[in-house]
Amino acid sequence: MGQYLIRRLLTIIPTLIAISFVIFAVLDLAPGDPTSALPETIRPEIRQQIRKVMGLDEPLPVKYSLWLRQFFINEPLALIEKTFDIQIGDSEKRIRVTSWGSRGTPVMDMIVERMPQTLWVVGLAYVVAIVIAIPVGVISAIRQYSIFDQAGTFISLIGYSIPTFFTGLLLILLFSVKLKWFPMIYDTNLKVVDWESFVQQLKQSIMPVAVLGFFQAATLARFTRSSMLDNIPMDYVRTATAKGFRERYVVIRHILRNSLVPVVTLIALGIPAIFSGAIITEQIFRVNGLGALLIGAIQLNDIPLVQTVTFIFACLIVVFNLIADIIYGVLDPRIRYN
Amino acid sequence: MMGRHSSSLRIIALLMAMAFVLAACPGATSTSDGEGAAADAPSAEEEMADEEKVLTILYWQAASLPGPYLSGGTKDHDAGAVTLEPLANYDPNGAIVPKLAVEIPTIENGDFAEDLMSITWRLKEGLMWSDGSDVTADDVVFTWQYCTDEETGCTSSEGFLGIASVEALDALTVRITFDAPTPYPYNAFVSANTPIISKAQFADCVGTAAQTCNEQNTAPLGTGPYRIVDFKVNDVAVYERNPFYHGDTPYFDRVIFKGGGDAASAARAVLETGEADYAWNLQVEPDILRAMEEAGLGKVVASFAGLVERILVNQTNPDSALGDDRSEYLDGANPHPFLTFTPIPQALSMAIDRSLISEQLYGFAGQPTCNVIPAPLHYASTANDGCLTQDIEGANTLLDENGVLDSDGDGIREYNGMPLKVSYQTSTNSVRQKTQALIRQWWSQIGIETELINHDASVFFGGDPNSPDTYQKFYTDIQMYTTGPSIDPQQHLSTWICSQIPVRENGWAGSNIFRGCSAEYDALSEELTRTPVGAEREALVKRLNDINVQNFYQIPLVYRGRVSAHLDTLQGVWINGWDSEMWNIAEWRR
Repeated sequence: MGQYLIRRLLTIIPTLIAISFVIFAVLDLAPGDPTSALPETIRPEIRQQIRKVMGLDEPLPVKYSLWLRQFFINEPLALIEKTFDIQIGDSEKRIRVTSWGSRGTPVMDMIVERMPQTLWVVGLAYVVAIVIAIPVGVISAIRQYSIFDQAGTFISLIGYSIPTFFTGLLLILLFSVKLKWFPMIYDTNLKVVDWESFVQQLKQSIMPVAVLGFFQAATLARFTRSSMLDNIPMDYVRTATAKGFRERYVVIRHILRNSLVPVVTLIALGIPAIFSGAIITEQIFRVNGLGALLIGAIQLNDIPLVQTVTFIFACLIVVFNLIADIIYGVLDPRIRYN
Repeated sequence: MMGRHSSSLRIIALLMAMAFVLAACPGATSTSDGEGAAADAPSAEEEMADEEKVLTILYWQAASLPGPYLSGGTKDHDAGAVTLEPLANYDPNGAIVPKLAVEIPTIENGDFAEDLMSITWRLKEGLMWSDGSDVTADDVVFTWQYCTDEETGCTSSEGFLGIASVEALDALTVRITFDAPTPYPYNAFVSANTPIISKAQFADCVGTAAQTCNEQNTAPLGTGPYRIVDFKVNDVAVYERNPFYHGDTPYFDRVIFKGGGDAASAARAVLETGEADYAWNLQVEPDILRAMEEAGLGKVVASFAGLVERILVNQTNPDSALGDDRSEYLDGANPHPFLTFTPIPQALSMAIDRSLISEQLYGFAGQPTCNVIPAPLHYASTANDGCLTQDIEGANTLLDENGVLDSDGDGIREYNGMPLKVSYQTSTNSVRQKTQALIRQWWSQIGIETELINHDASVFFGGDPNSPDTYQKFYTDIQMYTTGPSIDPQQHLSTWICSQIPVRENGWAGSNIFRGCSAEYDALSEELTRTPVGAEREALVKRLNDINVQNFYQIPLVYRGRVSAHLDTLQGVWINGWDSEMWNIAEWRR
């Protein structure tokens, strides 16, 4: 296991470098120009000047190596300096990855600013989804073809097939426009200091959480159900029942435990998606999370920001893939990694 | 056995049910909270009204930076305009009104030199930045230096073109000297495009250093009614009342400038839920917007600058048989076979129902127009207003009288034996395609057949010299898009002179896209660059407009504006197409 882990960790490094290069090259080759977001009245010479100041005219290898240095050396140093409030070397001169759309703003600061909202809204939705999906999946499986199962299947299919921009809009029309229960604009300046502001926070989170949670719960419930159904006819289940264990015990200790192995993996693999935010949902409810940051950056052709955010997502996906593999090995003793 | 099974299952079901309740808990509590809050809300709002008056402005494009110098979007100009002020503003009618200046310099008051080479602005006395320090003429000079430093990469440097120097004559007087006689001197330091910034704050942020001044860039000192408290990049800006403001005390305690989302939901947040006071640039189908407005909470307002959706009539022959010479001007040797015969494009223009296009397809954001220079009002010609009424019968008569007849009975007229079949291109955009379809139908009623073409906007406007589908190459008979003048139309009008015709040799770089050439137009356009603001200049602009329109080089269709919405309770909004929509935010109140 230890050897396996080291091997996996070492392969991560070239993988990530390759990914970063591909992202960089694709963004560089893609059409689009950060000055295209400027008013049409601005003359070509001025656009050219702005491009030059942004460093767009440099050749690809120069831009890439500059970004590598900024991302892997300057950014961590800046982070350390900030955390421990110290100064390492000539930090004033060290250029961090800065945004083009909002010139001079360090990209990492923007990401850090967006992180809490995404973790709160998307993370909460994920937790809600898990809490709902697993019980529903379990009951649906042990009561296969019952009314509960049919209803569960029907609702999951709806959740699975209706896009979030539609459910989001539906909720807004119902709860904001008609009933006026919840605000449709997520107030990102709201600070939770007392009960009242906490209630406010809950109210503005409910709709985005519900939309995302519904969608994810649908997927997870279906997955749990089919995993349970795979295990129910197994011999060890019959053996356990034959021993005279109560059904609850059999279901929870034997079937559920074994069925959850793939589900847990699926959940672990889905965690990067929390960080990447839910682009559409954040956009609909004006939650200023990472997804909204990314989509805004794409619209403005803010390449350093897109590059950095995309690369961070790539890192998370690689890391959580590894974690999922490890969890798999831990949960299922049949799997050996040597 | 069975009994045990079902009882244990019942317990599981119970557990699950509990899990459900737990899971639904936030939902459940909030529902009741929601109801409670619905009841509480009004009283909470009343309290808020007593305690804090908050103005919420919604921009579906979030501001990247407050101010126009490092980020050139309207959202950034407007986020800046809440706190930054220029020497003067353009008002919605295109007139100039002083802001930080005592008055507008003119030739009459002696502050605009007779030779049109310099202009002198005088600052109001006692102006202060939002940190309490004094505003001086040095700040104005500094603003010019900051933006014209090449390394700054200033997105507003357009506003300072043609300026040789800006100097402080004393603490409150600034003189701008131009490179050449400048008949219209009100670009630099006028409007939200070029507000004044503080020298003390930005002195170390000139040139390449501009990129590293994150703190200054996101919280510039201003002279306006509100000052920045917090700026979250690409999300929200929060302002508070500026205690050092030079005008009457502003009404609101706080201003929240929230960005993100989409236009339709921004409209909904104002017109249907009333969560926000103001929503900007509502590019929403006119019918949907009208339905929202009927909710009765707010109203839709439109601002107009100079944008005109127009048809360009190719004056050269785009026949593909000509190979490389298609749509080339060739010093007039390649005229269009029938569109240069004025009665034909005139009939094309007469057959169009501009009011219908404007009302059905543009809604609040459009007015029918017959001019390529529709505004400011004192520049708008009235000589062409006849085109506002559709006249298909008249168009048919005109063509008949001029011998453009359908001689072979196929429903299509011929001119010199050539059937009138036109190809009509534009960018891919649902409104444009609907316009095309309507126009094709009207033109078929006057015996002209139309082939409709559309290209993706990135290709059509992309300017790739290798693509045959760009508007510059104009390989069709007719094309349609929008352009418009800035507040002074000189620059815009000067792009339609003969030497601006795009040709192969210059990589199709000119702006006289329709390839029309008139000696009279060139002469008058030259005269315009020497004529100062006044009645004579107005007459010249109108004449230039009329030459263009009456030669049917261009057929104007719709005068396009921008639509915003505000709550009925918000007073003082005077939406502005020439300047920032926030230009008079100091006067907004409930």
